[in-house]
Amino acid sequence: MGGPTIFCVLFLGRDREYARKIWLDEGVYIMKIKLFAIAALAAFATACASTPEPVADPIPEPQPTRPAEPAQPTGPTAGSVDHFVQTAGDRVFFGYDRHDLSSEARAVLRDQAAWLMTYSDARITIAGNCDERGTREYNLALGARRANAARDYLISQGVDPSRITTTSFGKERPICRQSNEQCWATNRNAITEITSGYTN
Amino acid sequence: MIRLLASILTLVAALAAPIAAHAQEPLRVDITEGNLDPLPLALPDFIAVDEEFAERGADITRVITNDLASSGLFAPIDQSAYIEDIENIDLRPRFSDWRVINASALLVGRITEQDDGRLLVAFRLWDTRLETQMLGVQYVTAPENWRRVAHKVADAVYQRLTGEEGYFDTRIVYVAEGRGVDGEPLHQLAWMDQDGANPSFLTDRSYMALLPNFSPSAQEITYVSFLEGQATTYLYDLETGRQEALFASGGRGAATQIDPDGQSLSARFSPDGSQLAVSVETRNGHDIHMFDLRTRELTRLTQHPADDVEPSFSPDGERIVFSSSRGGGSQLYTMNADGTDVQRITFGEGRYTTPVWSPRGDLIAFTKQSNGRFLLGVVRADGSGIERILFEGYYVDTPAWSPNGRVLLFTRGEPRTNGTRYEIWSIDLAGFNLRRLATGGMASDPAWSPLID
Repeated sequence: MGGPTIFCVLFLGRDREYARKIWLDEGVYIMKIKLFAIAALAAFATACASTPEPVADPIPEPQPTRPAEPAQPTGPTAGSVDHFVQTAGDRVFFGYDRHDLSSEARAVLRDQAAWLMTYSDARITIAGNCDERGTREYNLALGARRANAARDYLISQGVDPSRITTTSFGKERPICRQSNEQCWATNRNAITEITSGYTN
Repeated sequence: MIRLLASILTLVAALAAPIAAHAQEPLRVDITEGNLDPLPLALPDFIAVDEEFAERGADITRVITNDLASSGLFAPIDQSAYIEDIENIDLRPRFSDWRVINASALLVGRITEQDDGRLLVAFRLWDTRLETQMLGVQYVTAPENWRRVAHKVADAVYQRLTGEEGYFDTRIVYVAEGRGVDGEPLHQLAWMDQDGANPSFLTDRSYMALLPNFSPSAQEITYVSFLEGQATTYLYDLETGRQEALFASGGRGAATQIDPDGQSLSARFSPDGSQLAVSVETRNGHDIHMFDLRTRELTRLTQHPADDVEPSFSPDGERIVFSSSRGGGSQLYTMNADGTDVQRITFGEGRYTTPVWSPRGDLIAFTKQSNGRFLLGVVRADGSGIERILFEGYYVDTPAWSPNGRVLLFTRGEPRTNGTRYEIWSIDLAGFNLRRLATGGMASDPAWSPLID
């Protein structure tokens, strides 16, 4: 009789913790988790009200690399920034202290190149970013290497170099602020931003 | 408003000692080793001749006391223990009253308002055991500059008792870090007195500013500005507030080899102030360049495909230390100021970055990453001997020397639930006297001005 009630309290507490952590992050990543958390809460509120012996499923780990599926059945406008983010993906990730492209990164960049070949008015800035496990100037240089690696691959896929600018923010623009490897991995990236020539 | 660093003090005269000094073993503070036995020092409030400056006398003594205590070399004795009430600094103190409370030295002072409205600040430093005057000096200054006079007195006491120049009448430029309304990171240049007083911002929050360095005259700084969207070396005139990008995209003249889309990073002045050493991104990675501030010519000094960053001059201007990934992981190298005779000076495991040449010339401070930790260390400039680690923590960056080469400021980061917290800390060359610098909030990238004349 008391079992399910206690379980629900514990679970809600844990769920709140998830929601709080995620609130510290940014962008699409957050939105997805928030939606998930709300859905999970709703599901368990129902479960607690009606089911005597609920079974807890572990909450899946968030996937930071790809954006969330659109909430509406209609997708983003073709040629828009959202369209680019969802069809190609706007970022690639790097290993610790590395600036070489993984096969996953190359796949994302091929999709970016294909999108850019289709929407040929679009211009981009690629920003290289680093985790906080390096000193400031070192990371500014490393971030530039990451941005250049992404740029050079896009050029190799046929994108006109004049459409691309690069920059490096070193470790100064973290997506994730916690001090752990998962967070650092998220912050080691090159992010492609469409700066002009896109559809609103 | 920009506070000028120009000289505002007049050294009037050395005060004649009331008595002749005996030639015996003088009082001396050893600062070469870790000092675990700081010198006990008595500092009664400076006497104010005019009633309206009564508070100021105590203020000046408080600043001097704080300066000397912060060095870790002196142990100011609490005023409540004092027996003799100093009423006239031109009379010999009752030395036995000071010896009995264990004061090895006694600093007494007096402030007087002159007819022209300026303050005359006089002080005497006594050796209580030899019963001799070690120092007697007076300064004249505008009343609002009382803090600088206090720092000057502290510098004089430090120099007399240690044999080395002080570093208290100095400014520190740094990056004030914070978060904007939407949680976005803010990095603004700020500067303040060495003891944290008189802080003010040099840049606004609309763009990121990083890695400042003082010119030898302390009239200018270089820094890395993101005003144009990416890291660009800037020169900032502290007197006029005027600033300029040194290498506009695309470069010009000798700078044509610069990647038009490349960044330029932290620049350090040559000791004579005529040139800057700076890492600029070329089509071939980052290379060390020399920028002549008169001819505006940029000369490339390194050509390696690996990244060469973080150059710093030796105090004689002959050589430059920098960090480079040319050997795989980042290590430290020195070369002549024309780029010849490159020598590797670190060989340990881990990643060595942020080399800064000591003003004394013999040592180079660095950050080292090893086994997930960050270490602050020093190594001999010629690479001989073993490196000495002064501090180890979660994050260490941007060491900066005091003008006398005895103290290092550095960025220290510690993990917090809402992100790493960055602060500026100081430690002495012996690895003692770890202290947090009195910045208002989060801070990083300290640079120490030379002593102000």
